[in-house]
Amino acid sequence: MGLLSLAIWTPIVFGVVLLALGHDEQARSVRWIALIGAVVSFLVTLPLYSGFALDTSAMQFVEKGGWIQRFNVNYHLGVDGISLWFVLLTAFINVVVIVASWEAITTRVNQYMASFLILSGLMIGVFTALDGILFYVFFEATLIPMYLIIGIWGGPNKIYAAFKFFLYTLLGSLLMLVALIFLYNKSGGSFDILTWHKLPLGSTVQTLLFFAFFAAFAVKVPMWPVHTWLPDVHVEAPTGGSAVLAAIMLKLGAYGFLRFSMPIAPDASHKWAWLMIALSLIAVIYVGLVALVQQDMKKLVAYSSVAHMGFVTLGFFIFNDLGVSGGLVQMIAHGFVSGAMFLCIGVLYDRVHSREIASYGGVVNTMPKFAAFALLFAMANCGLPATAGFVGEWMVILGAVKYNFWIGGAAATALIFGAAYTLWMYKRVYLGPVANDDVKALTDINGREFLMLALLAIAVMYMGIYPKPFTDVMNTSVTDLLKHVAVSKLN
Amino acid sequence: MIDKLSWIAVYPEIVFLTMACVIALVDLGVKTPQRTLTYVLTLLTLAVVAAMEAAYAVGGQTFYGFGNMVVSDPMGGWLKCFACITLMITLVYGRPYAAERDMLRGGEFFTLSLFALLGMFVMISGHNFLVIYMGLELLTLSSYALVALRRDNATATEAAMKYFVLGALASGFLLYGLSMLYGATGSLDLNEVFNAIASRQVKHQVLVFGLVFIVAGLAFKLGAVPFHMWLPDVYQGAPTAVTLLIGGAPQLAAFAICIRLLVEGLLPLAIDWQQMLGLMAIGSLLVGNLAAVAQSNLKRMLAFSTISQMGFLLLGLLAGVVNGNQLNTESAYSAAMFYAVTYVLTTLSAFGIIMLLSRAGHESEEITDLAGLNQRSPLYAGVMAISMFSLAGLPPLVGFYAKLSVLQALISSQQTSYIVLAVFAVLMSLVGAFYYLRVVKVMYFDAPLAHNAQLVSGPTDAKVVLAINGALILILGMVPGGLMTLCAQSISSIVKSLGS
Repeated sequence: MGLLSLAIWTPIVFGVVLLALGHDEQARSVRWIALIGAVVSFLVTLPLYSGFALDTSAMQFVEKGGWIQRFNVNYHLGVDGISLWFVLLTAFINVVVIVASWEAITTRVNQYMASFLILSGLMIGVFTALDGILFYVFFEATLIPMYLIIGIWGGPNKIYAAFKFFLYTLLGSLLMLVALIFLYNKSGGSFDILTWHKLPLGSTVQTLLFFAFFAAFAVKVPMWPVHTWLPDVHVEAPTGGSAVLAAIMLKLGAYGFLRFSMPIAPDASHKWAWLMIALSLIAVIYVGLVALVQQDMKKLVAYSSVAHMGFVTLGFFIFNDLGVSGGLVQMIAHGFVSGAMFLCIGVLYDRVHSREIASYGGVVNTMPKFAAFALLFAMANCGLPATAGFVGEWMVILGAVKYNFWIGGAAATALIFGAAYTLWMYKRVYLGPVANDDVKALTDINGREFLMLALLAIAVMYMGIYPKPFTDVMNTSVTDLLKHVAVSKLN
Repeated sequence: MIDKLSWIAVYPEIVFLTMACVIALVDLGVKTPQRTLTYVLTLLTLAVVAAMEAAYAVGGQTFYGFGNMVVSDPMGGWLKCFACITLMITLVYGRPYAAERDMLRGGEFFTLSLFALLGMFVMISGHNFLVIYMGLELLTLSSYALVALRRDNATATEAAMKYFVLGALASGFLLYGLSMLYGATGSLDLNEVFNAIASRQVKHQVLVFGLVFIVAGLAFKLGAVPFHMWLPDVYQGAPTAVTLLIGGAPQLAAFAICIRLLVEGLLPLAIDWQQMLGLMAIGSLLVGNLAAVAQSNLKRMLAFSTISQMGFLLLGLLAGVVNGNQLNTESAYSAAMFYAVTYVLTTLSAFGIIMLLSRAGHESEEITDLAGLNQRSPLYAGVMAISMFSLAGLPPLVGFYAKLSVLQALISSQQTSYIVLAVFAVLMSLVGAFYYLRVVKVMYFDAPLAHNAQLVSGPTDAKVVLAINGALILILGMVPGGLMTLCAQSISSIVKSLGS
């Protein structure tokens, strides 16, 4: 069994075992087994980084075996510079999320932990699949655990949110399925994604394919105007669900653009780049303004996620090195930062059971250690230098200015809005005098919470101060991708 | 002339018929309320016959018997094998249910099911219009009686009447169409009819006139719009064990006669019947999915879901011949066969759960009866969730690959109209996802109702079979290749022997 298979199946096996054997009476041991499962799953991904060759854009750690002979579907896995970090990120966030849910979840603990373990395996599958159907199976299968996570452990309006999440994303991916089957027939019976990259396609076909993929990935990212499911879902989902959704699931969409849309339909990507750039800028600016007026902390962070993902898609569709690498760095950074932001809200919610900004004030007086962490993550969210948030945004803006000064300028305003909504929220929640008795009664974070926030804080700081390990991995792959996309498939 | 080969083609049927008669006689002496001896004998018989059919199918040979009246080929072998297994599972789920409802006072429940299955065997093996019709009548007459088995129950009796009247009408349609074709081609044998039509000597109008009636009759049996009206009422009204008897294995037989009549007999008329199937498929997907959204009764919802699933199956059947070119036939019909087999597997577990949740005096057939099932029995809830996600066509469950192969058959035709159909089907399955998800929602997100809050217990045999049933849906979803190849080989042996 290869490393990638281990990374996918270790958490899934742990999850299935928990599902089969766990009871609420043994919640304690269930939690420990889940944690061990998550940590082991993370450890098995580490050799991927240490063994990764930086000087090639070819797929590495490739595993290939026949799966469904009849349709020439293969169990084909591999990572390149684009996907490597997401495998590690997924496994890492999974550990953090399981630590975060330690005390908050008291009913059906085994199903909860199993859902997250299985979900993380499936998402690693999405990032490593090199076969169209394998990708689709993983991509769709993630909906089932997430649906259950939102629906079982979510807030008061959870059912609406669970359905909205499921149906919205299913609509997009079903159209992608038609596109995948179409490509299979067009390529003479192959579901191999790398083969599709080389497949010559006409202009109309490319446009249709581009929009079919757009339907799937834009909803997932989510881009304006199909972002409306995200705030609803974030508000209702349990803390762990929100963290995984923001940190990893949104990246599945952005990753899809790089793996499918751009290399398979390069001409259509260039042709419709204006649309993608326009939608991204709207997300960055307009949704940033929307975030400013939110009363609910989770909603605010959700809108800020949409705005940050706008940077990612903007970076991709300006077709230069800085932009695409910047987008990728931004994706990883946002994985850490948004995950951390949601976990911080979770820490407060566990104590006060309110997400309203107005229910808080002066938290720093009663929870100084926690407020320090929250400040760091808030700074990272508004892109302060020396935090993870800065590197990606700065690269994208630089790339955008190279492409067109005004687009770069427009994107840069987002830094102002980002600082405005994040810091204003921070001020209202944490600073000032103690606002009410709830806040007065708060106790500072315990060792478990400290550990989980510290892990994320280290990641955020490290990435901000020394982003080289991240960009080094991407360089060759991004350069080659851009070279590939620059060549027209029409002839 | 009846030679040795003739008997080879029907050995399993002979064994089966003999055992059915033996069981009917033995049952006279059985006095226990659960009819354990009858039950065990029936299951043994079915297991033996299933093994025989599987052996035939693995052998891969095609035998004709009794002057080409019957055929034993891999497709028939597999479908008969699956039909036996389906009936076995149905009886395991259905026996406690039937016993609690006083349906096991006599042994008819078992005997009638066996004769219904024999009817399916004849339909599947039939290679002659009259033989197929005879099998169909044997199946439907047994089914009418089964639906009416709870004779003191008003809804069941009403359902039986509806089923009988409309079923007889449909059989009449089919018979009328068959006689038109007989008149036009001068033969009842499928191959001879095929050759007569292919020779273009027969007047096209007469053929199409007969074809309309045949397609209408088949559509009735499958439950495709606009011949679907009986289905929701009968599914809901019949005792659930009987609903599964008429909604499970018979779908395999109905698929088989579609292949026998439309492909083996009437493929030269494909351009005509494909159009009809196209319209029916669109109607079924539309009506089935939209009407299912509005149902509060689980059995009725599953009935409408059946209609929509049949729409998908028809899409597979209609993608075979493209512009007179038969290259696509194998992939299209094997997709439809895969669809039929996996659909039956999923239906079994869904209705199985409804039966196992029922108690004496409580039917548990409203969707709300499933509320909080996850807390009452994680096993039942898990299997039901797997079935619902599979019917919705979500990977990694087997229903996804069924939809995938049908869509692939449509898209590989490279016809714009078929690709549009594929997109339409995909959008309709989004609507479908909503009501399947609602069942999952009720089981997992809602709290149990007050009168329904106790833990669920069921007979061990049914629980084990249910777990296997659910696991199969998942495992076939992980490794669907084997079943797909099996369907492809079955269909390719038919496609190769067309007209010979």
